Amino acid sequence: MAFDIDRAYRLHDRVALRPEPFGALAYHYGNRRLNFVRAHDLVTVIESLAQHDTVRSAFASAGIDARRWPAFEKALASLAASDFLVVA
Amino acid sequence: MEPTELADRGPAEPVPNEIETDTELVEEELLVEEISIDGMCGVY
Amino acid sequence: MSLSADMKAGLQAPICLTWELTYACNLQCVHCLSSSGRRDPHELTTSEAEAVIDEIQRMKVFYVNIGGGEPTIRPDFWHLVDYCVDHNVGVKFSTNGSRIDAAAARELALSDYVDIQISIDGSDAATNDHVRGEGSFATALRAMDHLADADFGEFKISVVMTRHNIGQLDRFAALADRYGAQLRLTRFRPSGRGADSWHELHPSDPQQRRLYQWLLDRPDVLTGDSFFHLSALGDPLPGLNLCGAGRVVCLIDPVGDVYACPFVLHDDFRAGNVRDTGGFENVWRHSELFAEMREPQSAGACGSCGQFDACQGGCMAAKFFTGIPLDGPDPECVLGHGEELVSAAATAAKPPAGADHSRSAPVKFLGRR
Repeated sequence: MAFDIDRAYRLHDRVALRPEPFGALAYHYGNRRLNFVRAHDLVTVIESLAQHDTVRSAFASAGIDARRWPAFEKALASLAASDFLVVA
Repeated sequence: MEPTELADRGPAEPVPNEIETDTELVEEELLVEEISIDGMCGVY
Repeated sequence: MSLSADMKAGLQAPICLTWELTYACNLQCVHCLSSSGRRDPHELTTSEAEAVIDEIQRMKVFYVNIGGGEPTIRPDFWHLVDYCVDHNVGVKFSTNGSRIDAAAARELALSDYVDIQISIDGSDAATNDHVRGEGSFATALRAMDHLADADFGEFKISVVMTRHNIGQLDRFAALADRYGAQLRLTRFRPSGRGADSWHELHPSDPQQRRLYQWLLDRPDVLTGDSFFHLSALGDPLPGLNLCGAGRVVCLIDPVGDVYACPFVLHDDFRAGNVRDTGGFENVWRHSELFAEMREPQSAGACGSCGQFDACQGGCMAAKFFTGIPLDGPDPECVLGHGEELVSAAATAAKPPAGADHSRSAPVKFLGRR
């Protein structure tokens, strides 16, 4: 299923997020994959996903400039593709 | 370029590398990059 | 800012933390990087080890690579593995297989947070045992059989590449396929007891090239990024292609000393001790050595070489223990820039050596079987 910003997503239970100077490191204890999340506001969005009914509303709530939504969407889609995000 | 492993990176395609302007945002650098945990030196 | 720049600047915690639980070992492999054999009387106690685990949990270290010596011969090994898992720290341990019996394999198969790597150095007993000792190949295979019988799933087989086993690449791959295991090939460095046999055992230049090509053809084979010096040959091998010491990785040794990486167990690369005030966190985040290593490094003598971006000047441990300058080419530089330096160093003063925990006199490499 393609990533859809009008759906609700959340971080997979087995993913740990560790803050870093550049943003965060994300590690999936199940599939042992590792992702670099390279923007602090993207980390904020990821952590807030579970509280929103859609990704779109998480973007808006975090005050993400609309011009950056495509890059954010691409980033979240790649996390979903490696099972770091699941449909809520 | 950095030889990182990226699950979603296909064959090389031109990435617009223009300067951001107020009116037009071009593609940002990748905000999420995957690295293999085996891909770092210092483990035996 | 590139990804490697993000990493070089320093992280809140290592990504790959290696922890050698003991210097005790029931084998005496010729090239042991930690010169293991005898238990050190000042090994961390069980409670001290638990305190380290508590700390790395607080630091949100995702997993720890446990090794030794032979970690499974520490009486509290299984307890410490459980303690890690109970405290959200994944475990990947490296073993010669001698304590992986049917029961241990079944226990391991039950846990989703513990990975195992079995070490061999030959695809047959003759090649393997020449380096690791008589019966060690059979022991390793028995452990693999137990893991397979217990439906453990994908474990790793780890091989150190030497002059005598480079010809067995396809056979290693076949062995891994037979067990549904992941094959991992790593670089032989002149560290620990490896210094004594490095000149005879390290792969020749044509062998390095063959290995490089084989690895390019098989991106499914793991290397732990240990061959990044070969990336100067052409297309980069998978991985970060840079030295992670002090930046992405580090090692805690059996007595709590923290080193920049497993291949530099020497005072010059010792950043501190977990028993010091502030523990491991303070060493990782504030030690002078690691701060130095996280500063931008110059290319030094490699500055005029077009390949520096690809190879980053190679492995610091390889240079250190062959006695050649750290700010110059790797001893196995694929363009041959290291050769002269290595020859000159071989006739000069004895290169540095780390502590020796061997059970008897250092094991001498006796030449071809």
